[in-house]
Amino acid sequence: MQPDVPSLGKDLVGLEHLSADQLRLILDTAEPFKEVSERQIKKVPALRGRTIVNLFFEASTRTRISFEFAEKRLSADTVSIAASGSSVSKGETLVDTARNLEAMRIDMVVIRHHSSGSAEFLGKRIRSNVINAGDGKHEHPTQGLLDILTLRDKFGKIEGLKVAICGDVLHSRVARSNIWGLTKLGAEVAVCGPASLLPRNVTELGVTVIPRIEDAIAWADALNVLRLQLERMQSGFIPSLREYNRVFGLTVDRLERAPKDLVIMHPGPMNRGVEIDSGVADGPHSVILPQVTNGVAVRMAVLYLLAGGSPDATQQGGGEA
Amino acid sequence: MDDRAIARALSRMASEIVERARGTEQLVIVGIQRRGVELAARLKHLVDQAEEAGVAFGKLDITLYRDDLQAIGPRPRVGVTDLPDLEGRTVVIVDDVLHTGRTIRAALDECADFGRPRRILLCVLVDRGGRELPIQADIVGTSISTAPGDRVDVLVRELDGRDAVEVARAA
Repeated sequence: MQPDVPSLGKDLVGLEHLSADQLRLILDTAEPFKEVSERQIKKVPALRGRTIVNLFFEASTRTRISFEFAEKRLSADTVSIAASGSSVSKGETLVDTARNLEAMRIDMVVIRHHSSGSAEFLGKRIRSNVINAGDGKHEHPTQGLLDILTLRDKFGKIEGLKVAICGDVLHSRVARSNIWGLTKLGAEVAVCGPASLLPRNVTELGVTVIPRIEDAIAWADALNVLRLQLERMQSGFIPSLREYNRVFGLTVDRLERAPKDLVIMHPGPMNRGVEIDSGVADGPHSVILPQVTNGVAVRMAVLYLLAGGSPDATQQGGGEA
Repeated sequence: MDDRAIARALSRMASEIVERARGTEQLVIVGIQRRGVELAARLKHLVDQAEEAGVAFGKLDITLYRDDLQAIGPRPRVGVTDLPDLEGRTVVIVDDVLHTGRTIRAALDECADFGRPRRILLCVLVDRGGRELPIQADIVGTSISTAPGDRVDVLVRELDGRDAVEVARAA
């Protein structure tokens, strides 16, 4: 018989409400899915006949394509909808859009939306599984998971690891998912950035604040460098991009003074020369592209686990063919 | 079946594999996760010794090819698949127990995604009957007649500390 395997429930809204066991289940399930993407025929029939809608109310390349590959490699049938060019632009509400899609008998919805809480809101109102692909400033759970998987690949474990999240933590759903996931798995997390871009009371999330990037570099085993959204300058959070690079930019020079080799992550898309220099992004310690590769595996794992039937049914006896 | 009976069965199965594959040249021995992998490794060792060869070896996890994802409840852990190119080769699929045939159906589907083997043979330690698909083994360690509710457990040293085949009859 199978030992007790934790279930993920119906939706993946964020990492905040997952247990360490559930996080490990997703990470462990992602491992065999990495191999599927290395095959000549990159496809397994696990989700054959399932219909998945990717509902993207915000621009996205990496995340949307990554979900689409994950779905196709599991043999699901998929449709991707962007807000522009759909009835959303005619004023239809989120729930109406989703209910209409459900009336066409879909099984899962992957949603990216500019409002925090939209994925959870939707999950409570439709029968299909809902996966959050980024909701406002709230969470981006699959990004958090792929960052953690990449760290686990590199260091072998998460427990005791020191991870500094640098940049615009205030507006970052990536930062929030990383903080929840990493701290649950026993990592030490610090945030580093201009005071105007750190959330008030951020230490309540179980992280420490390191005001200077030099100190974060000296402390950490790995840095997760967040994208500085360029519109932040117009809204007065930072004086200028050049100033930001001078004080908080991850430069080759700063990295060379680190006492040990650091692993460098970035969720993309990068602003080269602002939050990260090209020499660092393309350097030997960057795992930015492995992050993207792991993204497909993590999303396959999440789709597979959410699709896998009700948790109360019992597993048939093992060892029988 | 105790450890000695299993050892005798495996060495006979190893020579049958070489005989039916007509040598070891294009042979690939593939175990189905998990106990099939251990049995396959032992068969490979026996064939290597007898033929002074280094037979190709692979592992197959059929979880993603099952036809009952919705029904099985607590998600089974997905294991490792590690297969060489199967194009043009003679593939021997090894599993511990042959019952309904559904695992083998899934294994055949998965093999097809790794090339087109010249031939696929099925080798099982225990055939317990009860087929739900038209699938037969080519090489069998032992046949046991069982009722649907019975359980057949194959224990292997590597995972269970000892070698044995045990039948638990339904009450």
